[in-house]
Order: sequence, then structure tokens, then C-alpha cells
Amino acid sequence: MVALSEEREPVIELRGLTKMYGELAAVNRLDLTIWRGEVFGLLGPNGAGKTTTILMMLGLTEPTSGSARVLGLDPTRNPLQIKRRVGYMPDDIGFYEDRTAVDNLVFTARLNRIPPAEAEARARELLKRVGLAEAADQKVGTFSRGMRQRLGLADVLIKRPEIIILDEPTLGIDPEGVRELLELITRLSREDRITVLLSSHHLHQVQQVCDRVGLFVKGRLIACGDIESLSRQLDEDGTVTVELELESWPDGLDEKLRGIGGVLSVKRGEGGKASVVCSADLTADIAQAAVGSGGRLVAISRRKYGLDDIYHRYFEGGEARGA
Amino acid sequence: MALDVKSLLGRIARRRDADGAAGSEQARDAAISPFWIIVQKEFSDHIRSWRFTILLALIFLACIGSIFSAVSAIRGGKLNDDLNFLFLQIFTISDGTWPNFITFVTFLGPLMGIALGFDAVNSERNRGTLSRLMSQPIYRDDFILAKFTASLLLVTVVIFALGLLVAGLGLFAIGYPPTPEEFWRIFFFLVLAVFYVGFWLNLSILFSIRFRQAATSALSSLALWIFFTVFYGLVLNLISNAIAPSSDAGVQRIINYQQTMLWLNRLSPAELFSEATTTLLTPNVRTLGPFTLEQIYLAIASPLPLGQSLLLVWPHFTGLIAATVICFGISYVMFMRQEIRSRS
Repeated sequence: MVALSEEREPVIELRGLTKMYGELAAVNRLDLTIWRGEVFGLLGPNGAGKTTTILMMLGLTEPTSGSARVLGLDPTRNPLQIKRRVGYMPDDIGFYEDRTAVDNLVFTARLNRIPPAEAEARARELLKRVGLAEAADQKVGTFSRGMRQRLGLADVLIKRPEIIILDEPTLGIDPEGVRELLELITRLSREDRITVLLSSHHLHQVQQVCDRVGLFVKGRLIACGDIESLSRQLDEDGTVTVELELESWPDGLDEKLRGIGGVLSVKRGEGGKASVVCSADLTADIAQAAVGSGGRLVAISRRKYGLDDIYHRYFEGGEARGA
Repeated sequence: MALDVKSLLGRIARRRDADGAAGSEQARDAAISPFWIIVQKEFSDHIRSWRFTILLALIFLACIGSIFSAVSAIRGGKLNDDLNFLFLQIFTISDGTWPNFITFVTFLGPLMGIALGFDAVNSERNRGTLSRLMSQPIYRDDFILAKFTASLLLVTVVIFALGLLVAGLGLFAIGYPPTPEEFWRIFFFLVLAVFYVGFWLNLSILFSIRFRQAATSALSSLALWIFFTVFYGLVLNLISNAIAPSSDAGVQRIINYQQTMLWLNRLSPAELFSEATTTLLTPNVRTLGPFTLEQIYLAIASPLPLGQSLLLVWPHFTGLIAATVICFGISYVMFMRQEIRSRS
């Protein structure tokens, strides 16, 4: 926790973490390290084992084998100490509907042994920060989904945690609300130097805010790193795809393209569109060939891998890789 | 399974030790433990709830009714033969149109316990507050214990308030103050009633852990309650007819038979409660088991002193507490093994 070691201090370390439900492995030999101060996105489809992993980090369920260290502590042995320093916002968070927002926060604060006066002060300050100052004394029953999520964030932050774990924080909120919430999360994490672990199946949102992401399929972490290095990994998978569009497709261009050394396949789309898979970056050669055969080139681009492609690619290959 | 539970408990104990040792530093400067925070919240939740208000109104009306009944019975000269313990009779006699106070407590007490407990855990689960709560630094057992404590506190307050209310109104109506012994008898009766309601409360909390739907858990608790108050007696009658010895059987056989039936009867908490109540509030009751004519012949017809009455109902107290503790134990093990996910 000294400034010197802060750069690469691991706060969550999972080693060979496994959780079996009967025969089914919900989490399968998971290795993961999360450093202090980073925003980490746990990305995966529903039922990939994200929530189970989070529950094991908090000691809410016990791993079948393997170990987890959170802030250097073992969640199965010292769940209380971890829960004092880690805030967890479950997906579909619930509040006491007939109590006000402040009451709900004060209750959480007092469960963390914060004295009443300070609890109330912290609650009001946090409500202001998450933009719920006006609704502070309203009953939570009247809150919209987005307001609840923001209240959830305040609820997590009231114990001044070192790590916050957000399980599907953006579920069921409208796009504008999502943008606001994510902005809020990143701002809070930067301001307070909090490590954020957020799980989601919404790649774009994760892409916006996370320093690193881990892709999770069927209980396995199949890739981990920042988005750039993930897309580089994809590129290194061998092929480059070039997409081009012509006003009309001239005869013989197919053959001509296939004739270029390194082109693996040509896939014709509708009209003058096509995508060419090659073993190296041949964008310039393809453009030349297209123009050379008398076509009027409208657009040509080398496809950049976004998280979308990474997601699809990995999830499609997930089973094969997993085996 | 037995070994499993043992290892689970061992693990929990170790965990508590580890947490306790390292967490003592923080615990020292803390004002109130989270346990009491939950108790406070639960208590105020109950008081604000409609459910409790309705129940209270119902019980309150029943009590007022039972006083009128008792007072009109006393005025109508329906008193038991001796005037000793006149004050206690406010609780035990009725004029026939309206049941007495004991009957109401026997009947409505379990209902109150069930109403306060049947959705204790599953409603938190369904509202999604359970996983939020469990991610705070509190022990799991503290959570169910706090739920139980808060409800039991409320039950204590209600039962004592009603008991004293009936006593007070009785004082007005008959103008005859209780002796210290009568006061203590009433006191112990009320304590017994709290234990009895506590049993049903714990049972319904157990069901609320077991069943995810509040309706299922309420129905199960009610079913068990109706079974013990209505059907258990019928079942016993059947058994009794089946195993009854012939009328010319020996004394020992008849006594054995009677004792078997008594034993079976006492498996029901409702029966335990009503036996103990009768003993406490009717000091003339000298024994609860079967006795022979010789024993009556040798006995002096006089009321038992308080100490002896208490001695007589001591097993009943123990039985009720044991049943409550067993329910709590089962709830504890079940809750410890449950995985807390949001709304599932």
C-alpha cells in the first residue's frame, strides 16, 4: 500500500480456482491477477461463471479447489475482513423499498460499524456524488432502474472500499443511463484510486471503460489483456481480412485476386462488395488489382478487430479451445 | 451427512476465530455491533408493517372479549368452588359465549409467530437485499439470529402488554388485587407464552429459509399449526383406540397405556403449552400423569405452592425451548449451506 509498490501490487489473485456444481464446472481452473487501481472487465455470455467467480472472491461460496487471495486474505477463512474492504454490487440489486435512499445507505454504513452521525454525512455526500441529492429522502420504491443502480454504487462506496466489484452494473438501463453510470464509475475509481472489477456481457460498454478485460467462456478464462493486445492476438491468429466495395464487380476479378500470392479466399457479398482473407496485409495489392481490372473502387479497408470481433471469435472458438 | 455437518461447524468455528482475532482491532472502536443494527431495523420494520397492526388489532379485540367473558362469568356466580386464586380466574374462566384468555393465546399466539417469521429470509432473497446484506461484514448466523431476536422481542412486548392489560382491566372489574403468588404465576404464564410463540416463530423462519416462495413457507407453517391443533388429537384418538387394553387388563398395563398416550400427546407443542398453562394458572392441578384412586385418597385437596407448580411444568419449559433450539439449529445449518445469489 506504499506509493512505491502501488504500480504493480496485486489485489486479487486467483490460482487454479474451480467450482463444481455436481458434474458441471461453473468455474474451471481459473488463473487471474488484478492489480491495484485498474478497471478490469470480466466479459462473457450469461452463465459463463462470472458471478460464481465473484462470489468465491467474497467468500459467499466456497471453491471446490484452487485458491483465491483478495487483498492478501483468503476469502474462505477471513470473509469478514475482506467484506470490510471490498464493496460488492450484485446484479439486480435490491433495496428496502419502504425506506428512503438515505436510510438504506445509513443501514449499510452502520453494518460496517460506522457511527450514526458519520454514516448520515457520508450517505448524503455520496448521494450528491452519484446525482441523487434531490431524491435522498424519497422512498426507494419510487426509484427508476437507473436511479437504483446509482444508489447501488453509493451503497458500495459508503464503506470506503479498496476494491469494488460490480456485477452487471449496466443491466436494464437505457443507453444514456449506461453512459452516465460508466462515466461515474471511471471517475470515482480515478478520484479515489479504487480498483474496479466489473462483469458484463456488453462488450461496448466494457470497451469504453476498462483498462484490461478477461474473456470468460464456460468457466474458463480464454483470453486476458487490454483490448489492443487482444486484437493483436487475433491478428496473429494468422489472417488479415480486407473488405472492398466496387460500383460493380468486373468479370475475372475473382480469379485475379486469387492469383495474388497470399490471398486465401475471396468471399463475394451483395452487389460489388467482397471480403478477401489473406495471410498478410495485402490491401494495396488488392486495390491495384481491382482498379486494374476496370472496376470503380468505392471503398477498401483492412478490417480492424474491435471487441465485437474478439468476442465472436473467441466465443465461437471457445468450445474448441476449451477442449 | 453427520460427519459433513460436523466438519461444516468446525470450519465455521475456525473462521469465526480467525475473523475475531484479526477483527478485534476494529471491533474495539465500534459503537454497536451489526447484530443489533439488524435487530433494530427488523423491529421497526415489524412495527410499521400492516401485517403487525392487523394482528395486534385482532389479538387486542380477542383479549377485551375474553375479559368481558370472564367478568360476566364471575358476576354470574360461575366461580370455581374456592375463592383462592380468584384473580387467576380472569385468565381461565369464561361464561360460555366467548373463550377465555388462555384459549386465545393458545390459538392466536402461533399465528402471530408465523406471521412475523414466514417471510423473514425468503422476502429478503426475493427483493435482492439478501446478497447485498451478505456482502457486508456480518456473520451469516448473526443475520438469522437477529431476525429471530427482533421478532421475539416484539412478541415479548406484545404478550406482556396484553397479559398486563387483561390483569389491569380485571383489577378494575372485580376490584380484587392479586397476591404476590398470583402475580408470579401470571408472570411465568406470560414467559411460557413467549416461549411458545417463539417456537412457532422459529419454525416459520426455518420454512422461510427452506422455501423460496413466501406463500409456500406461510402455508407450510400454517399446515403444521393446524395439524397440531386439530388433527393431531384425531390421530391420537385413532392410535388410542387401536392400542387400548381391554377393560379387564391389569393396573400396570392400563397405566402403561395411559403413559404411552400422554407421551405421544406431549410431542405436540400445543399440548405442552396447554398442560403447562393449566398447571400454572390453576394451582389445584396437582399432577399431570395418570394416578390411582389410592393416590387421590391419600392426597390433601389443597393448591400446590408456586415452586411445586413450576417444578411440575419444568419439563414443559425445557421441551418447548428444546424444540425451538432444534429448529434454530436446522435453520442455521441450512442457511450456512445456501449459496446467496441475487434473487434466486
